[in-house]
Amino acid sequence: MSENTSSPRKPVVGVLALQGDYEAHARAIEQAGGVSREINRADQLAEIDGLIIPGGESSTMLKLIDYENLFEPLKAFGQSKPVFGTCAGAILIARDVINPSQASFNLMDIGVERNAYGRQRDSHIVPLQAEGLGELEAVFIRAPIIRRVGDGVRVLATHRGDAVLVTQGLHMAATFHPELTADSKVHRMFIERLQH
Amino acid sequence: MFGSLLQDEQFRLKVGLAEMLKGGVIMDVVNAQQAQIAERSGACAVMALVKVPSDIRKEGGVARMSPISVIREIMNTVSIPVMAKCRIGHFVEARVLEALGVDYIDESEVLTPADEENHVDKRDFKVPFVCGARNLGEALRRIGEGAAMIRTKGEAGSGNVVEAVRHMRTIQREMKALTMLRSDELMVAAKTHQAPFELIEWVSKHGKLPVPNFSAGGVATPADAALVMALGAETVFVGSGIFKSDEPEKFARAIVKATTYWKDAEKVLEASEELPDGMKGLDVSKIPLDELMATRGW
Repeated sequence: MSENTSSPRKPVVGVLALQGDYEAHARAIEQAGGVSREINRADQLAEIDGLIIPGGESSTMLKLIDYENLFEPLKAFGQSKPVFGTCAGAILIARDVINPSQASFNLMDIGVERNAYGRQRDSHIVPLQAEGLGELEAVFIRAPIIRRVGDGVRVLATHRGDAVLVTQGLHMAATFHPELTADSKVHRMFIERLQH
Repeated sequence: MFGSLLQDEQFRLKVGLAEMLKGGVIMDVVNAQQAQIAERSGACAVMALVKVPSDIRKEGGVARMSPISVIREIMNTVSIPVMAKCRIGHFVEARVLEALGVDYIDESEVLTPADEENHVDKRDFKVPFVCGARNLGEALRRIGEGAAMIRTKGEAGSGNVVEAVRHMRTIQREMKALTMLRSDELMVAAKTHQAPFELIEWVSKHGKLPVPNFSAGGVATPADAALVMALGAETVFVGSGIFKSDEPEKFARAIVKATTYWKDAEKVLEASEELPDGMKGLDVSKIPLDELMATRGW
C-alpha cells in the first residue's frame, strides 16, 4: 500500500477461479468499488484482502482444490481474512454438508444441504428483504439450503423460512447468486467489511 | 421481442446454470459407471448419450436419445448436473427428457436428426437447451429459438480439433466484425447471417453472444482443451476421448487441469505429462461428406 496517496486504497478481492461463475463476481466486485483478482494458486492469496468463493459445482471445485493442494492454504486464509461464499461457495465455507456429505472449510457455523430445492427445473428467482440492504433479487440455481444456523451466525435474509444470507465474524454466505443481478449491493456489503 | 426473451425470468435461470458450468469440463458418458468416473475426475457436468460419437460414426444406424433407465441411473448416481441429448427437431424426446428432470438438453447433431428443416422451439420449455453452431448466424438462430447455451460444433468423434478451432474463430471474428458496423448496416448483416435482427443488434452492441459459448467436437489432448479456451470457449465438452483412452480417469483429470489453468503453460505442461497419448485422430478431410456431423443442423 502506498502511504502518500490521499484517497484510500481500493480493497483487492480475490475470486476463486477454479470453476464456476468467477467472471460474474469479478464484474460485481469492480462495480461495487473493489479491485478483482482471479485466484487459482496458493501464492496469490498473499495479494488479496478478502476472497469470494463463487457459484459453480461445489464437488467439482473441491476436487480441484484437492488435486492442486489448495485446501489448507484456503482454510488458513479464511481463519484470518474475510471470505464470502455464494451457492457452491456457501457449501464450501460451511461447517457441515449433506446430500452427499463432503469436506468443507468450516469457516461458518452452518449446516448446508446441497441441491436442496431439487434439480434445474426447481431453480427460481424471487424478491427478498435483507437486513441492512433492503430489497434484493435473489437468483436460486440448483441451490443449497442452510438447514442449521449456529449461535454466532446472524441471519440477514430468509426465503420460505430458511436462512439464505448470513454472516458470522468476518465471513458471509448466500445460497443465491447476487453476482447474476445488476445490483451490486451485496458485494458492496462484503467490500465494506474488508475496510474495517 | 428478444429484449424480452433475454430478460425473461425462465431464460435468465437457464443462462444462470450455464454460467455455473463455466471454466469446467462437461464429459460424455453412456452409463452410470462412466458418470461416476467423470464426476470423480472433476467434470462440472455429464452428458448422457446412447453411444459416444466415435462409436456412432463406426457403427452407423440411427442414434437416438439414451434409454431412460440409463439416464435415470446416471441422475441417481452423481450430484453434478446431468445433461442428455435429443435428436435435432425431436420435440417429443425433449419433452420426455424435461419430464424426467434432466438439468440441460443438448439438441445435438451427434444423434441422427429427426427433422431436416426445423429445430425444437425451445422457448416454452422449463429445462434449458444447448445447441451446436458453426458460425454466428447458426448460433443466433438457435438462441432465437430459445437455446440458453451455444457450443461450437467441431467434428465430434474425430479426435481432430481443427473444426472446433475453425468454428470458434469464425464466431469470434463475425462478432467482432458486427461491433464495427453502423446501426444502419445491421439489417443487411441480419440478412447475411440469416439471423434475427434484434440478436444481431445485441451482439453488435456487446461484442459477444447473449449466452455462454462453450466448445465441443474433437478435443483430444489437454493442449487442445487449453487451445479452445484461449480462442474464446468458456467451457469444454469432451466426448469420445475420455472413455476410449486406456486410462479414462487420468485422461479426464488431465483435460480438467488444462481447462482450469489454460492461461498457465506450466500447468498445461503438467497436464500433458500426465497424459502421454491423446485420442487417435481422424483426418476430417477423409471423412465422407455425408458422414460429417457438423453439417447437420440448419
